[in-house]
Amino acid sequence: MTSNYPKPDAATLLEIYKKAALIKQNDDRVLKQMKAGKLVMPFYSTRGQEIIPSALSVSLTDEDYISTIYRGVHDMLAKGFPLDEMWAELAGRATGTCKGKGGPMHLTCPSKGMMVTTGIVGSSMPIATGLGWAAKLEGKGRVSVANFGDGAANIGAFHESLNMAALWKLPVLFICQNNQYAEHTAMKYSTLIDKYSIRAASYGMPGVTVNGNDPDEMYGAAKIAIERARAGEGPTLIEAITYRFNGHIVGEAAAGEPSHYMDTAQYAQALKNDPVPILRARLIAQGIASEAEIAAIEAGIEARLDAAMAAAYAAPYPDVAELKRDVFAEEIA
Amino acid sequence: MSETKKLTILEAINKAIYDAMEADPKVLLLGEEVGDEQGGGVMGVTKGLSATFGTDRVKSTPISEQAIIGAAIGASLAGYRPVAEIMLMNFLAVPMDMITNHAAKLRFMSGGQTNVPIVIRTMTGTGFSTGGQHSDYTEAWFAHTPGIKVVAPSNADDAYSLMRAAIEDDDPVIFIENIPTYWTPSEVTFSKVKLGSAKIVQEGSDATVIAYSRMVLEALGAAKALAKDGISVEVLDLRTVAPWDRAAVLASVEKTGRAIIVHEAVKQYGVGAEIASVINEELWGKLKAPVQRLGGAFSAVPFSKPLETAYAPVAADIVAAVHKSLAA
Repeated sequence: MTSNYPKPDAATLLEIYKKAALIKQNDDRVLKQMKAGKLVMPFYSTRGQEIIPSALSVSLTDEDYISTIYRGVHDMLAKGFPLDEMWAELAGRATGTCKGKGGPMHLTCPSKGMMVTTGIVGSSMPIATGLGWAAKLEGKGRVSVANFGDGAANIGAFHESLNMAALWKLPVLFICQNNQYAEHTAMKYSTLIDKYSIRAASYGMPGVTVNGNDPDEMYGAAKIAIERARAGEGPTLIEAITYRFNGHIVGEAAAGEPSHYMDTAQYAQALKNDPVPILRARLIAQGIASEAEIAAIEAGIEARLDAAMAAAYAAPYPDVAELKRDVFAEEIA
Repeated sequence: MSETKKLTILEAINKAIYDAMEADPKVLLLGEEVGDEQGGGVMGVTKGLSATFGTDRVKSTPISEQAIIGAAIGASLAGYRPVAEIMLMNFLAVPMDMITNHAAKLRFMSGGQTNVPIVIRTMTGTGFSTGGQHSDYTEAWFAHTPGIKVVAPSNADDAYSLMRAAIEDDDPVIFIENIPTYWTPSEVTFSKVKLGSAKIVQEGSDATVIAYSRMVLEALGAAKALAKDGISVEVLDLRTVAPWDRAAVLASVEKTGRAIIVHEAVKQYGVGAEIASVINEELWGKLKAPVQRLGGAFSAVPFSKPLETAYAPVAADIVAAVHKSLAA
């Protein structure tokens, strides 16, 4: 089935790598800064899941909407979230994209189509459905992407949203990033089925399960779903299989070690199949980019991170008067 | 519009949504059975709207309260102004996450980058023996949530103006419609009203009765009965429960020195407690009697008629409270 998928060309593959490398290096940097006590926040690492949003976002524009969840920094970065504003937000500074009032779990950037990050499992889907309704009413071919995890596939909002989006033929992509664990609960303790994508059939929409860590499969599945949505043919459920390297919440296990509820062998295998270095090696092997070119890309990312971090730490904290602002349109007396 | 017209509350709400949809193509409507093919709403409030504005803008939905509110939020983030119906107020408990975690907070959590201009219409009220899950007033849940406005008209004129104001408002508004008074007619002036402004519906000098929704009618009944005994009661219709009109309430109570707050919702931890507290904080020393609260009983709304009648305050309870206040 996946053999019929459109394939990313060389330039697109390189673009996917640039996004994935940014996500990985950003995650590594954030964890270091947390360990050093410079960033204090609840943070849900996306290491291991880089390819999914990278291979998806190369087919999206700033006009397309995405909604994501607390483990969503990768989705945001892949879609082009401004790095400086993200870092200032992570540091709780006034210059953050949300003025420091949202934090890592509520990153928002409407100018890039990033409308909602929710801290509630499953709640991206109903809102993304509404963004899809708006996109359909506008008729400009925009799509709305709902990102969520495998845990959210068992929430009532999943059923309501997929059913409504299919019924109204909305241009929505439901991207179930199946990283095998709903918080600390393995998939086998959550459902008897082995693929969440089969649920799509009960809503009358296409559903596919792909290897989310494979840029070809993920790109192809996303491309088909996006084209289908843009053509007014309705939503698609894509279950992208992946793995989470740093557990549910940062600090629950030592770096490079599985959390207590994880299968040790599966964890070791997943680390071995780290999708970012695999894509890196492939780019070199296929002659798409040289080692030096890739090293330059990575160094460029490090420099951007240095700058974003320094600017964030130098920025002021928000004024306490902000407590009265943005509750309503008019400031609270 | 300068012409006035006699309409029921139900007709006034229909007309307000109609006029808003006509004035602004971004106004949308969605909810269970709101389309004409499904009857134009279970009570007929939205009759004729899908026929006029089409089924792209007026969407009957599956029974999916989370998706209804989620869809409204999503469309509003993209610049639309959806009016979502959650049929009964008790059903608001189902999409509570969408309302309190998302609609209420997205503006703040995004640092003002996004906002959620939605109206959530819902109906409720005791009087028709609809029992414990079809009659509750739960406005205190939402009034307690920063970021949500709550509106509860008592008559057709306000119902029209407040619905227009709610749709034009840039933040989420819960719009409470009382079922037993849906068919009560009054003169509608089609005037502009600001959310958060109370209205003195009867002037008086001996005591202030503060009420909203159907309880305003009970308060007016009590005022009429007390007038026969020479007692002059000022009745203040709050109209907007959150944010409430502190200036109007404090001015009236400062004048009369006595305050009784009446709502159909359970008295304990209710809206009346907040208002009473502010009156005490601001007017201590000027009050002639302790502020009193009247509200629903601390029970589920009962089915049996005598129990249901005893559940919510009636005019006689308000009369007794005013006498108690005068005797203090």
